[in-house]
Amino acid sequence: MDIHVLQQIVHKTRDARREQTLPKLSLAERDTLIKKYHPDFRESAYRPIRFGPNAGDKTAVELAALLEGSSQLPDDLDLTAAFTTDVLVIGGGGAGCAAALHAHAAGAKVILATKLRLGDSNSVMAQGGMQISVAPEDSPVTHFLDTLKGGLMKNDHALLKVMVEEGPAIAKWLIELGVLFDRDPEGNLHVKKGGGSSKPRLLTCSDYTGLEIMRVLKDEVLNRQIQLLEFCAAVELLSDEHGACTGVVLKDLDNKRYLVVAAKTVILATGGIGRLHIQGFPTSNHYGATGDGLCLAYRMGARLAHIDTFQYHPSGAVYPEQLVGALVTEGIRSEGGHLVNAKGERFVNELDTRDVVSSSIIRECEEGRGIRTMAGRVGVWLDTPLLDAEHGSGTVNKHFPAMVRQFERFGIDISKDPVLIYPTLHYQNGGVKIDTNAETEVTNLFVAGEASGGLHGRNRLMGNSLLDLMVYGKRSGLVAAGRASSTSQGKLTLDHLQRFRAEAKKHGVSSSEHASPMILPAYTRKTG
Amino acid sequence: MADDNFDTQNVIDQEEVLRHRMVTIEIAGKQYEVPEGITVIKALWYTGQEVVRGAGCLGGFCGACATYYRVKDDPKVRTCLACQTAVQDGMSFSIQAPFPARKAVYNIQELKDPKQDLFNLYPEAPLCRNCNACTEACPQKINVREGVWKAVFGDFKGVSDMFMDCVMCGMCTPVCIADIAPNLVALYVSRAQGAHFTEKPEGLERRIKEIADGQFNDDWTRVMGLNEKELTDLCASLK
Repeated sequence: MDIHVLQQIVHKTRDARREQTLPKLSLAERDTLIKKYHPDFRESAYRPIRFGPNAGDKTAVELAALLEGSSQLPDDLDLTAAFTTDVLVIGGGGAGCAAALHAHAAGAKVILATKLRLGDSNSVMAQGGMQISVAPEDSPVTHFLDTLKGGLMKNDHALLKVMVEEGPAIAKWLIELGVLFDRDPEGNLHVKKGGGSSKPRLLTCSDYTGLEIMRVLKDEVLNRQIQLLEFCAAVELLSDEHGACTGVVLKDLDNKRYLVVAAKTVILATGGIGRLHIQGFPTSNHYGATGDGLCLAYRMGARLAHIDTFQYHPSGAVYPEQLVGALVTEGIRSEGGHLVNAKGERFVNELDTRDVVSSSIIRECEEGRGIRTMAGRVGVWLDTPLLDAEHGSGTVNKHFPAMVRQFERFGIDISKDPVLIYPTLHYQNGGVKIDTNAETEVTNLFVAGEASGGLHGRNRLMGNSLLDLMVYGKRSGLVAAGRASSTSQGKLTLDHLQRFRAEAKKHGVSSSEHASPMILPAYTRKTG
Repeated sequence: MADDNFDTQNVIDQEEVLRHRMVTIEIAGKQYEVPEGITVIKALWYTGQEVVRGAGCLGGFCGACATYYRVKDDPKVRTCLACQTAVQDGMSFSIQAPFPARKAVYNIQELKDPKQDLFNLYPEAPLCRNCNACTEACPQKINVREGVWKAVFGDFKGVSDMFMDCVMCGMCTPVCIADIAPNLVALYVSRAQGAHFTEKPEGLERRIKEIADGQFNDDWTRVMGLNEKELTDLCASLK
């Protein structure tokens, strides 16, 4: 069967589908659907963590292994500092850059260390937009309620309130730095409606929102001449005799040497965990998204929140094979694109929350209404040509140039042909527990962005991540800089690691089981 | 589509998915056999090469995997992003090391005359000799040469529209005979356009003031005072 033949059902049923309106599910219906089909509820994929601050809590087996995993550091590592700073930011994505810029603006000496290059992150790939309540009919309170509903009512209220209230000021900061958000004819910020939101609230830069923001932030970090340590992965935090964070051990990926950085405060902005490929899912995440920050903070004694829930973006590409896991932006559904099963039917309100839409797609496929590729993958259609039919010829090309380009490289014209999609591992809903200053339960250790947990509850709404990065990047940077100015450099020890190793031994976890953190996924083929 | 025969009907048996044909490629001068159709970056992994530099987002957005390649029997050297390009038989490629381009350092907010400042920050920009090599080198198909000219003639809006696709891979830079780094020029111009020549959005200022003035305080008090059931019901009522 040729893909074009299978696609005919989408073209044939388009006009009839345009007449339909599908209701969003009630809370009870959502609950039933999610419990039955969402990967978070697949019991065999989870196990309790054996020891540490979250002992007994369940998380994905892949993550549990890393959290309990063993540090690669030798016991006799020389802890003489190669660098000394007020604020050390680990991670070069959106949260890391924002944190570094604000800490620097507050007068602190800042070093930014990152595993790959400055900017290599999930942030740069964000296409859908950034949620900020700027529309007259909208308000921060409505943004709060929408997010809470999306997060299955489990969000940390205090963290969420801060994020929605500081959003507009963040937009202003970005505009002053030169970020070009899309505008309406009056010059106001153009807002789109995102999945799970009751009001249009998404600020966009074409479908390159993350790229545009990151180009500017990276450039600003360079303009401010903030000291960079690129290709240096954090492998262990350092603590003083009271357990406060005092720095980090980095591994220079070029020469494999360890580098000790003494810092009065440390901000972990290490991002998510998609590259752990939980439950075997493909991922939309960048190469370095291996959850390093979670392991480091956990060993140090920081508790984690909501680490039993992950977000599967409803639309990851399933075909062609080269694009498997890559995101097909939610913007397509925001602008009215339908999800269509093998029988040509719609099966969910496309603007429902990500967990609902993902669960619905998995349901269609498990119940035999998906389309299977010979590579063994299954998916459903996303009717992209509908956008041109609905809003005029050229809409797809104009509004989704990044996506058009991505498929064009493989000979697929998404304005004419629907694309095949299936959920892809996209976001770590939970992370290291923080307060509204972005501080963890470990003194002088801050976490910002995807590595932090609590804000998004059990499911993140689209567009809230970019805002989270900027708001908590800023807060962590400012508070860490303030703290550094009133504190002296603590002693550099690995005492916490010794305690952790002893506990691991007590629980029968052998040091050879899992090296942690992972640093980079093991894709390199070693045999054959 | 016959529903009763779903499994065999709803299957895409496109040739490139079906076959695991091996092709011969050449990476930095050495030959390897890899499955046809995998991406250039996956070919590196397949041949056992560790990739630290040259891999970033793996989604075509970060520009880390800028690569030069050639196809069989064709002398033309092309550019691509390694994570976005499928290998083909006879292909030869090398990942490009970052080029040592000079980035001007500036304070975007304190610029007094951004269009004139371009010539101080990037004095080489007006020396473009129109050779078009930058445009040919751009894996994002941006008309880079035109962008440089627009920048020099002060059409900052035009440049920022054109360069929204720019992933900063820098492939335009080593080919420039006038030593221009067009991507860096465009980045400066786009930022200047955003910071200095784009209207300030009134609605945003209004919302910031409303929040500062406590206009939502009553709503916050009401919402934060709700018990779990009431809050759940309120959220459920949002359409």
